[in-house]
Amino acid sequence: MTVPLLELSGLTVEVPAEEGPRPLLDGIDLSLDAGEALGLVGESGSGKSMTVRAVTRLLPRGAEAGGSIRFQGTDVAAMDAGALRRYRDQGVGMIFQDPRAHINPTRRIGSFLTEALTRNRGVARREAEARAVAVLAEVGIDDPGRRLRQYPHELSGGMLQRVMIASVLLAEPRLILADEPTTALDVTIQSEVVGILDRLRRERGMGMVFITHDLDLALAVCGRVAVMYAGRIVEVRAAEELHRRAAHPYTLGLLGSRPSIDARAERLDAVPGRPVSAYEAGTGCAFADRCAQVRPVCRERRPELEPFRGGLVRCHRVAELAPAAEEVPA
Amino acid sequence: MSAAVSVTGLTKVFGSHTAVDAVSFEIGAGGSLGIVGESGSGKTTVARMLVGLERPTGGGIAVLGRDRSTPARGSAERLRRARELQIVFQDPYTSLDPRQSADSAVDEVLRRHTRLDRAGRAARLADLVDQVGLTDRQARALPRDLSGGQRQRVAIARALAAEPRVLVLDEAVSALDVSIQAQILNLLADIRAATGIAYLLISHDLAVVRQLCDTVLVLRRGRVVEQGDCARVLDAPTEEYTRALRAAVPVPGWRPGRPAATAT
Ligand SMILES: Nc1ncnc2c1ncn2[C@@H]1O[C@H](COP(=O)(O)OP(=O)(O)OP(=O)(O)O)[C@@H](O)[C@H]1O
Ligand SMILES: Nc1ncnc2c1ncn2[C@@H]1O[C@H](COP(=O)(O)OP(=O)(O)OP(=O)(O)O)[C@@H](O)[C@H]1O
Ligand SMILES: [Mg+2]
Ligand SMILES: [Mg+2]
Repeated sequence: MTVPLLELSGLTVEVPAEEGPRPLLDGIDLSLDAGEALGLVGESGSGKSMTVRAVTRLLPRGAEAGGSIRFQGTDVAAMDAGALRRYRDQGVGMIFQDPRAHINPTRRIGSFLTEALTRNRGVARREAEARAVAVLAEVGIDDPGRRLRQYPHELSGGMLQRVMIASVLLAEPRLILADEPTTALDVTIQSEVVGILDRLRRERGMGMVFITHDLDLALAVCGRVAVMYAGRIVEVRAAEELHRRAAHPYTLGLLGSRPSIDARAERLDAVPGRPVSAYEAGTGCAFADRCAQVRPVCRERRPELEPFRGGLVRCHRVAELAPAAEEVPA
Repeated sequence: MSAAVSVTGLTKVFGSHTAVDAVSFEIGAGGSLGIVGESGSGKTTVARMLVGLERPTGGGIAVLGRDRSTPARGSAERLRRARELQIVFQDPYTSLDPRQSADSAVDEVLRRHTRLDRAGRAARLADLVDQVGLTDRQARALPRDLSGGQRQRVAIARALAAEPRVLVLDEAVSALDVSIQAQILNLLADIRAATGIAYLLISHDLAVVRQLCDTVLVLRRGRVVEQGDCARVLDAPTEEYTRALRAAVPVPGWRPGRPAATAT
């Protein structure tokens, strides 16, 4: 059997708090092969960004990771400084959710884009700039030569997001961690950008974890989708089956709350109640307080992520509820 | 009654680059306009001119019938402008003060823009925090300890605290999962029905625009490509660019990098 490109088992992240360590991630199991794209969707605050930050070992100060993260079989936690640098330079590339907070505002776009190439890979400056111009053009930025001389505040939100994407494309990593990489892009450019990522995956066997709130986008780009809620994965399913076979009540809630481009709804069906964080989850199912299907057992025991209808679902009642789930319109 | 926002021939030039090129639109009292369009087409620049963070190179802006094309004179005028029109920025991380917790950010706005006493402010704060789906604990956290969507909701709560007559939302719901987004869109619709607030929503998400807006304006390279009734523009676009936008929206069966399968 081949080793997966990325394997998370029992990944936890805790941050210190007055009342003791507070869990942000509570046992994430995921595995990804080269050439595979996995979508990560779910509630705001459920731990999607934290999961990919843990993979690059870029956690907030004081945070502790537990469980294991293996990249091509190597334990990421055990990497020494040199190995970690190589891993971050060439193994994984991170497209951050908030480009403006991750691109140094005092440096020109050109130096941001070419630094890794000139410093770590011995590429001559001119050559690095030529490559940067080519990649910027590829992600749809007009007049890329001029953009290299500009500062981040002179670029629009979507342009800066594409600069971030370009920096990762220049590094050609084995694994791309894309955290909402297209939220600031208009849909035509989004289509081009995800087209590029998709091509790299197919042609170079790059792996990708793709965080997004757009379920239809996730289904178009990814082979499999994992749904997160309160620091845990609650459902994993093949992308093409999600609409038809989603079984977890939270996944069903997500699928039902999206506005339609074809008509205005009187009211949107939001999942009732307030989001919960992993540390508030208690001993039972974290979704229990908001779930229309709740039974006493849901508050007593935590459900496990178990195989169901070709996917994985974390719900005590999924087997009884399934017939209804099957009728969800595509 | 004068329009909530009236913009005529608005233009902004940066160096030799025309970012906004003779843009005109009107939002009636209690109206809701969506601006969609290409990345870099000038949407945020329009918003920044409306709040006075960027000075127009040409053209006029009036909010509630009062001119805003020149900077505010004096602090009373600045305060009034802020109370009339609030904005939620595209990058909540950089627009929130990194040293200020959500609740003190909201309280600061309540102190500046309302006459509520301490108890009244505390009650209003609790309401706002609850309405945007944050916990008390999250409200006490600093921005860096919050997720992207939590920060975005802090920014929304802060803008709503001023009870403005016009609210500009620059990609303000794009970092929210669809369920919380639905909750916020319902909230915004309720507030509009109850108070007659006007919205200017900048978004790449055409379905969100359809849900919240009556009219829409399509911007490309600083110019207005098409504008009109939301349903009309989205269902029967007359311009090629609007049609391309519509076709690039991911729907089941859509594949990236090429036009969508024709909708049936
Ligand atoms: N530095 C930190 N210290 C303590 N808690 C944090 C810190 N950063 C994030 N959190 C909390 O961890 C949880 C997970 O955050 P994360 O950023 O992974 O969410 P997310 O799923 O990416 O959400 P979004 O869709 O809103 O970006 C959130 O509840 C957040 O409040
Ligand atoms: N301070 C500035 N100096 C120079 N150019 C600027 C400045 N601010 C914006 N621009 C330019 O103005 C144009 C419009 O930018 P703006 O931020 O308004 O676009 P946008 O429509 O909001 O795009 P996005 O959807 O990507 O956020 C861009 O070409 C941008 O590079
Ligand atoms: Mg996030
Ligand atoms: Mg913008």
